[in-house]
Amino acid sequence: MTINHYIFLSVALFCIGIVGVLTRRNAIVIFMSVELMLNAVNILLVAFSKMHYLAAKIINPATQAGIEGQLFVFFIMVVAAAEVSVGLAIIVMMYRNIHSVDVNFLNRLKH
Amino acid sequence: MNKFVFLIPLIPLIGFLINGLGRSVISKSFAGILGCGTVLVSFILSIILFLNVRNGHTGVEYLYNFISFESLHIPFAFQVDQLSVIFLLIITGVGFLIHIYSTAYMHGENPAAYARYFAYLNLFVFSMLLLVLGANYVIMFLGWEGVGLCSYLLIGYWFRNTEYNNAAKKAFVMNRIGDFGFLLAVFWMIRVFGTTDYVDVFAKASSAPVNVTVLTGITLLLLLGATGKSAQIPLYTWLPDAMAGPTPVSALIHAATMVTAGIYMIARSNILYTLAPTSQAIVAVVGLATAILAATIALKQNDIKKVLAYSTVSQLGYMFLGLGVGAYTASVFHVITHAFFKALLFLGAGSVIHAIPVILGGGQEQDIRTMGGLKKYMPVTHITFLLACLAIAGIPPFSGFFSKDEILISAYSRSPILYWIGLGGSLLTAFYMFRLYAMTFLGRYRGTAEQEHHLHESPPAMTMPLVILAILAVIGGFLGLPEIFAPDSNWLEHFLAPIFAGSEKISPAIPVAHNTEYILLAVTVVLVVICIVWAIGRFRNYSLKELEEKGLGKFLQNKWYVDELYDAIINRPLRAISGFLNSIVERSGIDGIVNGVGRFVNYSSRQLRLIQNGQVGAYILMMVVAVLFFFIIQLFLK
Amino acid sequence: MGITQILFWFLTALVLGSALMVIFSKNPVHSVLWLIVTFFCISGHYILLNAQFLAIVNVIVYAGAIMVLFLFVVMLMNLNAETEPQKNKWLKFAGAIAGSCLLLVLVAALKDTDAMRQEVLMKTGDIGLIHNLGMVLFRDYLLPFEISSVLFLSAMVGTVVIGKKGD
Repeated sequence: MTINHYIFLSVALFCIGIVGVLTRRNAIVIFMSVELMLNAVNILLVAFSKMHYLAAKIINPATQAGIEGQLFVFFIMVVAAAEVSVGLAIIVMMYRNIHSVDVNFLNRLKH
Repeated sequence: MNKFVFLIPLIPLIGFLINGLGRSVISKSFAGILGCGTVLVSFILSIILFLNVRNGHTGVEYLYNFISFESLHIPFAFQVDQLSVIFLLIITGVGFLIHIYSTAYMHGENPAAYARYFAYLNLFVFSMLLLVLGANYVIMFLGWEGVGLCSYLLIGYWFRNTEYNNAAKKAFVMNRIGDFGFLLAVFWMIRVFGTTDYVDVFAKASSAPVNVTVLTGITLLLLLGATGKSAQIPLYTWLPDAMAGPTPVSALIHAATMVTAGIYMIARSNILYTLAPTSQAIVAVVGLATAILAATIALKQNDIKKVLAYSTVSQLGYMFLGLGVGAYTASVFHVITHAFFKALLFLGAGSVIHAIPVILGGGQEQDIRTMGGLKKYMPVTHITFLLACLAIAGIPPFSGFFSKDEILISAYSRSPILYWIGLGGSLLTAFYMFRLYAMTFLGRYRGTAEQEHHLHESPPAMTMPLVILAILAVIGGFLGLPEIFAPDSNWLEHFLAPIFAGSEKISPAIPVAHNTEYILLAVTVVLVVICIVWAIGRFRNYSLKELEEKGLGKFLQNKWYVDELYDAIINRPLRAISGFLNSIVERSGIDGIVNGVGRFVNYSSRQLRLIQNGQVGAYILMMVVAVLFFFIIQLFLK
Repeated sequence: MGITQILFWFLTALVLGSALMVIFSKNPVHSVLWLIVTFFCISGHYILLNAQFLAIVNVIVYAGAIMVLFLFVVMLMNLNAETEPQKNKWLKFAGAIAGSCLLLVLVAALKDTDAMRQEVLMKTGDIGLIHNLGMVLFRDYLLPFEISSVLFLSAMVGTVVIGKKGD
């Protein structure tokens, strides 16, 4: 497969995530859409990693080029895990305060 | 030692600050003592300085660097020499007497206004001293503006009266026109000479081959400044209106000192004028024309102060004539004697005004048609006023005779026509002064009996300065006794010789044969005496029933309609243009644009405010749209 | 078209389909379940690329831990009922249009790039193996790795502080 297949897959997944963020009011679903976007980026990183590896392998069969891409995905997962824990805590607190997870009630930015 | 020279202007400034800032707390007597005392100290210092200068200690006292810009350096420095020291003595001396006089004259004012009056007077003295002491044109300009400001403040001293305020504004605006010329001249001078210091400018002007056209331009602009300050054609109309101020102010500012600033400036720049003969000729013509014009107007004025004001304008014209014919010493001499007798005349007029009780519902009585016969009520005022009239008319051996005839003789040496016209003017002077004298002091009192009952001589604080000034007006002429009476007797000419040495070298005075001079003097005196006798005879028994003026008389009474002329050719078109600019350009054009912008911003803000709805979703949507927008710009619209 | 291609297209279709189901499901519980499907498919993609370590981690961390957290929260709030009020129709429409436009713009921008023709190594290549990744991670990226533990600690503290009652 060429890289553009992965790019279009990733862009499509990312845009689905954006549409989800824009069209839903439920904070949890919005949060899940954000996770979708993160995963779109992850796929792309892995695909690029393998693309560079292939290009470098032809010259030097023992190369490890592109491995940083996969490491970066690992770190993104680390950050995502931390983010989810905090984000869900915020949603829980929001539910506790206003008994809803509807983001439209969170319009204090107006004032 | 001339080091202390900075104290001379500084002390009145301190007086101004104390009186001005503390006017609501200090008492009247303190304000008066402070006002007079500071000027007295300055006067004493000026005398010491004068003695120093007479021993040859002249020079420039450098204080600090005032303006420093690339190659241009304007120091704050004082010029201590014969010319400035003479003016110092006049300003502080006459100024002191007038301060004393004011303590009595202004006694009716409340304490705050009284202190304000003395604060202004002190500020004026400070500015005037700065003007004559400055060692370059910029410092002179500072003083020049300062006296203009004080003149404005003092003319409008009774600021509750709209007419007085208008007079003050008129004086200020007229002076501004002149100042504009002065300022341009200073700029031009910096452009040409790279400095404004008198010493350097005069040295460069006389040594280097400077274009005569440039010098003519500079001197004409300076002349414009001088006509504004010294009330010459075409800017003289403010001075008669300036009589709205208190009478001592008229005596100090509008007779003795400020209006001579223009003469001082031209005398100071004498070398420039000598190098630019065209300008000098224009100075002479302007001076002579003003002298005649003002003298004819003075013939028909009925306000005691207005007559004196026109007489001042006329005398200033003589001084300009003197400057124009190269008789710088004579002009300065006339400044001195004029300061004495004109201050005396004004103070005498003030004494008269002070003596006549205010009619219920009317202002101060200043119309000489309702005076008369004051001789027996006010003996001191009467005698001193008479002496001053004799001095200004040019009767020997009073001071005016020597100074005015010196100017006229110098004019004769240049061109007999100038002399004969000038003589005509001096005859007019004699006539209107004695008309004023006769109508005021001779005959019968023409006011109400009630007023007559209250007529009184003024208090000593007012008569004492009168007496001192009268003595000076009588003997002042001996400062510059002409050569024909006694050889080497012209002290003033010797004293001032270093100042005018440069001009003297370039265009030496043309001596007039002594026989001619005798004849001219004799003719002058005889004609003047005839005029005096005629005037007294004509007006001593003036009665109120005299007919209204017709023809030429009316023309003169209305001051040649100069005010109306200015109104028609300057004010009206200006007002029309302003009205057009106001109603069309300003209201609908500029205001429209400005208000339109405001309304647009207001409206669009109201609309944009709706976007800030606090909905997170909407914000994210906008973010996405913006990202989209940037992508489109970045990727497709390179 | 080999087995790899068939698998790629199959997984791609499944990823996009389940992602769409995530955002269009009315019930949040269904969304969570579809998201788990999506993550499994993404893991399948990782296996196709022979990134075995990431595939396993993705299943364990995302499909396992994170999605359990999501499910737990959804259940806790009892949001399985279709109670979500409808968003403003206009805003919803605009959101969908904006998202599609972004897709369109990005695809249009990227489709003609030269680099797009480069091959991606499928099935083989050992950089995705846990041994190699571990060597690099603990040799070259030791400090970021340790710092990520600090991040976790702070996230934990933050969660506890936010979730604490009675503030």
